[in-house]
Amino acid sequence: MNLLTATIVLPLLGVLALAFAPRENTRLIKQIALGTSVLTLIVSLLMLTKYKFGVSGFQLVSSHSWFKFFNINFAIGIDGLALVLILLTTVLVPIVVVGGWNESEGGRWSVKTFYMLILVLESFMVGVFAATDVFLFYVIFEAMLVPVYFLIGGYGRGDRAAAALKFLLYSLFGGLLMLAAVIGIFMVSAHQGAGSFDVTALSHIKISHNTQDWLFLGFFIAFAIKAPLFPFHTWLPGAARSATPGTSILVLGVLDKVGTYGMIRFCLTLFPEATKTFAPYIIVLSLLSIIYGAFLAIGQKDLNSLIAFTSISHFGFIVLGIFALTSQGITGASLYMVNHGFSTAALFLVGGWMIERRKSTQIADFGGLQRITPVMAWLFFIAGMSALALPGLSSFVSEFLVLVGTFTRYPAAAVIGTLGIVLAALYVLLLVQRSLHGPLKEGNEDTHDLVLREKIAIAPVVLALVLLGFYPKPAIHIIDPMTSQVLSQVQVSDPSPLAGK
Amino acid sequence: MRTSSHLVLLIALPLFSAGLLLLLGRIADKWGHLLATLVSASTFGIGVAEFVAMHSHTGANRAATQKLFEWISVGTFKVDASLLLDQLSICFVLLITGVGTLIHIYSIAYMDHDKDRRRFFAYLNLFIAAMLLLVLGDSYLNLYVGWEGVGLASYLLIGFWNQNPTYAVAAKKAFVANRVGDVGLSLAIMISFAQFGSVSFSGVKAGASHASPAALTAIGAMLLLAAAGKSAQFPLQSWLGDAMAGPTPVSALIHAATMVTAGVYLITRSHFIFDASSTARILVVTVGTITLLFGAIVGTAKDDIKKALAASTMSQIGYMILATGLGPVGYAFAIMHLLTHGFFKAGMFLGAGSVMHGMDDEVNMRKYGGLAKFMPITAVTFGLGYLAILGVPPFAGFYSKDKIIETAFNQGGGKGIILGGAALLGAAITAFYMTRVVVLTFAGARRWKDGSHPHESSVLMWGPMVVLAIGSIASGFLLSMGSSLVNWLQPVVNASHATGGEELMKPLVVSLLALGVVLIGAGFAITKYRTVPEVAPEKVSIFTKIARKDIYQDVFNDAVLVKPGTTLTEGLVATDHHVIDGAVRLVGWVISEISDVLRKIQNGYVRTYALTMFAGVFIGAVILWVVTA
Repeated sequence: MNLLTATIVLPLLGVLALAFAPRENTRLIKQIALGTSVLTLIVSLLMLTKYKFGVSGFQLVSSHSWFKFFNINFAIGIDGLALVLILLTTVLVPIVVVGGWNESEGGRWSVKTFYMLILVLESFMVGVFAATDVFLFYVIFEAMLVPVYFLIGGYGRGDRAAAALKFLLYSLFGGLLMLAAVIGIFMVSAHQGAGSFDVTALSHIKISHNTQDWLFLGFFIAFAIKAPLFPFHTWLPGAARSATPGTSILVLGVLDKVGTYGMIRFCLTLFPEATKTFAPYIIVLSLLSIIYGAFLAIGQKDLNSLIAFTSISHFGFIVLGIFALTSQGITGASLYMVNHGFSTAALFLVGGWMIERRKSTQIADFGGLQRITPVMAWLFFIAGMSALALPGLSSFVSEFLVLVGTFTRYPAAAVIGTLGIVLAALYVLLLVQRSLHGPLKEGNEDTHDLVLREKIAIAPVVLALVLLGFYPKPAIHIIDPMTSQVLSQVQVSDPSPLAGK
Repeated sequence: MRTSSHLVLLIALPLFSAGLLLLLGRIADKWGHLLATLVSASTFGIGVAEFVAMHSHTGANRAATQKLFEWISVGTFKVDASLLLDQLSICFVLLITGVGTLIHIYSIAYMDHDKDRRRFFAYLNLFIAAMLLLVLGDSYLNLYVGWEGVGLASYLLIGFWNQNPTYAVAAKKAFVANRVGDVGLSLAIMISFAQFGSVSFSGVKAGASHASPAALTAIGAMLLLAAAGKSAQFPLQSWLGDAMAGPTPVSALIHAATMVTAGVYLITRSHFIFDASSTARILVVTVGTITLLFGAIVGTAKDDIKKALAASTMSQIGYMILATGLGPVGYAFAIMHLLTHGFFKAGMFLGAGSVMHGMDDEVNMRKYGGLAKFMPITAVTFGLGYLAILGVPPFAGFYSKDKIIETAFNQGGGKGIILGGAALLGAAITAFYMTRVVVLTFAGARRWKDGSHPHESSVLMWGPMVVLAIGSIASGFLLSMGSSLVNWLQPVVNASHATGGEELMKPLVVSLLALGVVLIGAGFAITKYRTVPEVAPEKVSIFTKIARKDIYQDVFNDAVLVKPGTTLTEGLVATDHHVIDGAVRLVGWVISEISDVLRKIQNGYVRTYALTMFAGVFIGAVILWVVTA
């Protein structure tokens, strides 16, 4: 079994182990979940020893026939983009388990079920990034909804059932469109000889412009719902308001990246002509998301919805980078996916601890925390600085790459996008001021600072934000060959400097 | 160009120290301030050693570089983490570490009673590291990291006492105004890359020679926007007055001597852009001239000693910005004024801190009066700074400010008259408001209550003030002797061809004129403030009313940005809920109505949806089979 397959299978073995664990022994259950996710992390890191850097195309591939009749294969493999996103997943899951050690208690179902769902979700998330068969991708894309639905609906707060249902219906709608497009592209390939779902094979077939446009839209709308772009975003704030911090981290940090990942993997490589046709419109949509998300974030009163709207703004940046179709744009967007994962994890972790202590999600209920919980306040501040892309933290590198990559092709779009950095300063600093500064607000007197477990959970996240900010080279090195390959498939090259020599 | 292997220490040492003090927490309370001061002093030592080393080399080898590592490299966008120490950056290195160390020493005593003194020193070290990165980075993107780094340090220090909501708001305001400027810097970098394929100083310089005028003007305008944010220039000036919420040593170091002058550095460093674009230069002199008058006018009406000094800082930086727009020789004069200003303004801020220290943190000058008798050292050192800022010969400002006024006049024509006239008028107003500060604080009858016991500060505080006062006396003479600074900077900014335009007025005439208006301004203040009411009078001229309101800057920003922004935000929040999500809910409602009809085959459980999903897949597969069969 290759390491990639092992990374997919291991969490499922953990689920199996959990199934036999006694329901009452929550401590053992959590230990099994943690052990499994750490083991998965180690195995996924071992992939780095087998992975050939600086090479494009899929590696660590394996393929097993699934539905022979339709030439559907259980085919997996990774390129640079899939690799960094899988690592993001396997790093974040143990952090979520440690950071939200108690978040599974008091849910509708047992602690045991919670961790089984988390591990199933981990396996699916690794699988969805690893799938090189379009049909397999689609199946996992849809299957992921099930654990998330139960995680939000069973363990969250407030109107969790409605939030979970809204998430599910939105996703199913997108999924239906994608299913039609998946079937469509198979039909096109079948007409040209052997029908196939293999993403590499599909990228070589000729598809008429008109067909490309329709198939592109089928994929794109599904992805634009998943990594919510304006105006498909209204499920996200509700989901973030209701979900536990751990679920939010996995949904906004990883799951939503399947959307932006899919745009690069499928929209760009399979439908290059349609990509070029729709790029300007999508750029407009992404700018709307950046600005709209930021304004909405400024106007939120609920801490979790605020974080959700910052993410909508950030997804705008990612999509902007992708459809600028330049090497800086796509590499920047890919790096952004990773950095946003860490940055959002930091916000939800610390925000979750604040909410857990104060028993309120309303920003107005906090105030003056800096004086009594300095460590927690500092970490929340660092998370905020990462959200506003302070140079020196990782998000700056990716945000700047996206903007500079956009500027060379669409200067006006980059100028509008840059306004987002002022709005980001506003939504972050207003939040910081209201929750951390000023005199201690009534009701926060008993709030205690972070315990060791929480410090351990957040430490790797902060470390990642700083290290990738100062030294992003290893990540860029992994991603870059993918970018070159995608750009050559779309048949565009970077604009050259305007001032002639 | 030679390479040097220890430039990085200048940044790494204070950065490490800052991180250490923050991470160790209370454990380091006992010695944190000592470590930070020692580290700051050692960066000054390194700076001096580098300065000496530069003298042992000639020509291009005076400058030194150090490549640290490849930072970002994607396609043709390549940026190394790399440092450059040349004749321009060494001026700043010495100023930052020199004044910085003095202020560290001063703060040991000034912050003695604060239980968070360690955290304060950690921030100071963080600032030193970021500011040195700003002036040592060899590309615009490296500079950017330092640029926002000093903004962060400034934010943390303005909000050092952020349990006070007003101070927390002041910190946020400074950060946001700076971010608006940062948009300018970001865009300047992007345009440079799109035009020249490079963001390093050398790469942009090489490209600038064959760039279109439009591109150069665009880059220049964006750099100016960046400079306006960081250096509190019109129209982004409004944050500096509020920034006085920070502890006074911070106001001296960051908001007078160093960080706020970064805009002058940026423009001087980018001289190749401004040399090639006359439009950009016109924008620069316009902003500089407006700000030098704006700051001076605001300064005339402030009763808060720190806010009066802050308005003065804004005005003096206006002079520097004006100078950078006056052609090649202007850069050297801008830097000269920047250095002399670093001495006298930092000295006066420390003096103000000393007065506050002796007056139970009272900042209202109407409640001072006659303090010279009680704090003689403070009064004398402040007085020397005062003479320097007025430009009285032979004090520092005489050499640096008169040069700027003279160069402005020498632009020739109407432009020369307007710029020179404005600079001269600014000098008169400066004399007025600075005399007002001195008279209100140190002269006249005492207006403080019996409870106060004004006293001279400890040697840790007056020592640095004395050193800065010596700088206020001698720095101008030393920097201009034999055109030493102009010659020193010549390889960087090509300032060799001394005066650009025709000589409108002889230097002596300019000096006499300047001295004349200074005497008028000072004399006016002395007569006006012979008696000082303890409460600011209500019946004042319209001029004073406008100045008291900071020329309505906050009223304007509120009306044009804050209020519409708030309304827009509220409107969008409502739109999102009612219109966008409303449409979604409507669709949901319609579907659920339809599904009511189909209810019999639905069991209402969500599992059904999952089932439906897989049924969908199955049906899809069947369709597929039919089509392809």
